[in-house]
Amino acid sequence: MPPIIELEGLGVTLGGRKILEGLKCSLSGRAIGLLGPNGAGKSTLINTLLGFYPVAAGTARVFGRNIRTEIKQIRALAGYMPESECFIGQMTAVSFVRLMAELSGLPSEAALERAHEALFYVGLGEARYRLLGTYSLGMKQLAKLAQAIVHGPRLLILDEPTNGLDPPARQRMIRLIREMRDSRDLHILLCSHLLRDVEETCEEVLILKDGHQVHYANLEEERRANRRFLELETLGGDGAFAEAVERLDCECAITGSVLSAPAWSHTGRSPRRFKMVLGQDFALQDLYRLAEEHGVQIRRLNYRRDSLEDIFLKAMENSNGRP
Amino acid sequence: MAVHKRSYRSYAGEFSPAWSRLLIVSRYAYQRALSSRFIVAYFAICFFYPLGCALALYMNHNQRLLAIFNLSSFFSVDATFFYHFMNVQGVLAFILTALVGPGLVSPDLANHALPLYFCRPFSRVEYVLGKLFVLVLMLSLVTWIPGETLFLIQSSLAGASWMWSDLWMAASIFLGSAIEILVFSLLALALSAWIKRKTAAGAALLGVFFFGAGFGQAINAVLRTKNGSLIDLGSLIARIEIQLFHQYARRMTAIPADWAWLVLLAIGAFCLLLLEKKVRAYEVVRG
Repeated sequence: MPPIIELEGLGVTLGGRKILEGLKCSLSGRAIGLLGPNGAGKSTLINTLLGFYPVAAGTARVFGRNIRTEIKQIRALAGYMPESECFIGQMTAVSFVRLMAELSGLPSEAALERAHEALFYVGLGEARYRLLGTYSLGMKQLAKLAQAIVHGPRLLILDEPTNGLDPPARQRMIRLIREMRDSRDLHILLCSHLLRDVEETCEEVLILKDGHQVHYANLEEERRANRRFLELETLGGDGAFAEAVERLDCECAITGSVLSAPAWSHTGRSPRRFKMVLGQDFALQDLYRLAEEHGVQIRRLNYRRDSLEDIFLKAMENSNGRP
Repeated sequence: MAVHKRSYRSYAGEFSPAWSRLLIVSRYAYQRALSSRFIVAYFAICFFYPLGCALALYMNHNQRLLAIFNLSSFFSVDATFFYHFMNVQGVLAFILTALVGPGLVSPDLANHALPLYFCRPFSRVEYVLGKLFVLVLMLSLVTWIPGETLFLIQSSLAGASWMWSDLWMAASIFLGSAIEILVFSLLALALSAWIKRKTAAGAALLGVFFFGAGFGQAINAVLRTKNGSLIDLGSLIARIEIQLFHQYARRMTAIPADWAWLVLLAIGAFCLLLLEKKVRAYEVVRG
């Protein structure tokens, strides 16, 4: 897939402070997550991609267009849902979304039609003639989403889309993002400090810290890779069992006892904990067969899946030594 | 597509020409401004004086009416007539600016709406021009358009010789109005961009004129100079109109016309600078 966003040593300096420095990567996923603690530079990166902030070093490309020279073309392809509360209070939702569609280049009639569609799509159909100033926070978020998608952008940029939403509203927002992602009509760049939001919606993630890129991960691949870790709690089992398991294209290590020996002394077998890194051709049936052959009772078997939280924390840990 | 088909789809239709998009902002701003009955009523009042002038011009050339009073004309239609017309309409235009201008940019700033404008293929210059166009058109309708209409009415009644000999007045009406319109509009937009509250921005606009005038007069009185009038916008505009309409016998001629032009240019440039600083998607805080 051709890259959606390419960062080529991108640096941004605002008010004399370096906010972003030396960002280099190529992002091509259908849904890309931008993660990082508060103040990491996520929103600055988005604002720079939209041409709101000047580039101090390097450059970036969106759909192959350079943000230094082709910002108007990039803006024509993008839809943006800002983090902060922004709307025009004295307007009805339908007028507001229509205005935004017209500014994106849609003729007046098409803009009106699309405004109605977008508001129905996000779930504000019944409230579309109400003044935006009377909307609840959740409704305002949805109105912001409607104005971001009304002109049918190729790249939808969402900055903290679930900010301030209650759990049902958050679920609705996540569902909409997933639906749009799966429609395959657009790419999504989602910026959030909420790992769960990114985990539930994104395929690719770029982690920033203090304006630096600390990790890039393809979540799909990471998830697949993480499925190959297995934790095993057994009664019985020793070095011979571990060696036999290793012959199944696995790495296996005895990591310790689960419980104190007296509790299990009547069985004549001591509890063990194994940690295994599974090979490509590993089949679970082979493990059961080996356990039977070695008289090992499997008490618990657990695929250990690294969550995005693990990836994030690891990235944060690894970045601690960075100057 | 019917609205009940609730699934996301991209847009594959035609796009409007890029140059026309600044007028979208103007159209919505007009809708908002003219939704106020007070502004509509005031806007209508602004046409009373030009209508009265048109009627006066007609009567001034009505031979039957003149015969009743045994006069050749009620008044002479010359530069002084148009100078007075410009003064009256200038005051009305200023009040109209104070009513409409503050509501143009400040609501967008107060509601943080600027990123929504500028994340689209729509520039800051287009935004400012779109907002400026609202005031330019409304003020044109109460200044030079009725002024030129009166000039044409007088020309049609007095004959071609009057028109050709006084054609310079038509240019003065347009130029004088253009200066008023630009100064009022830029000042209103700049204050609207700097003061997020609409009413406060309106008050600030009035303050710039009235405090400027008062302060200028105070400086003149205390320092026994005429240079205090350089901070009095009304005096500056009046000084230029005196020059444009050849009304040199009037007071306030002590300010050199060149200085008045320079100060007005500086005010315009300063307003543009303020707009450049404020009309941004996001402000960068230094430090």
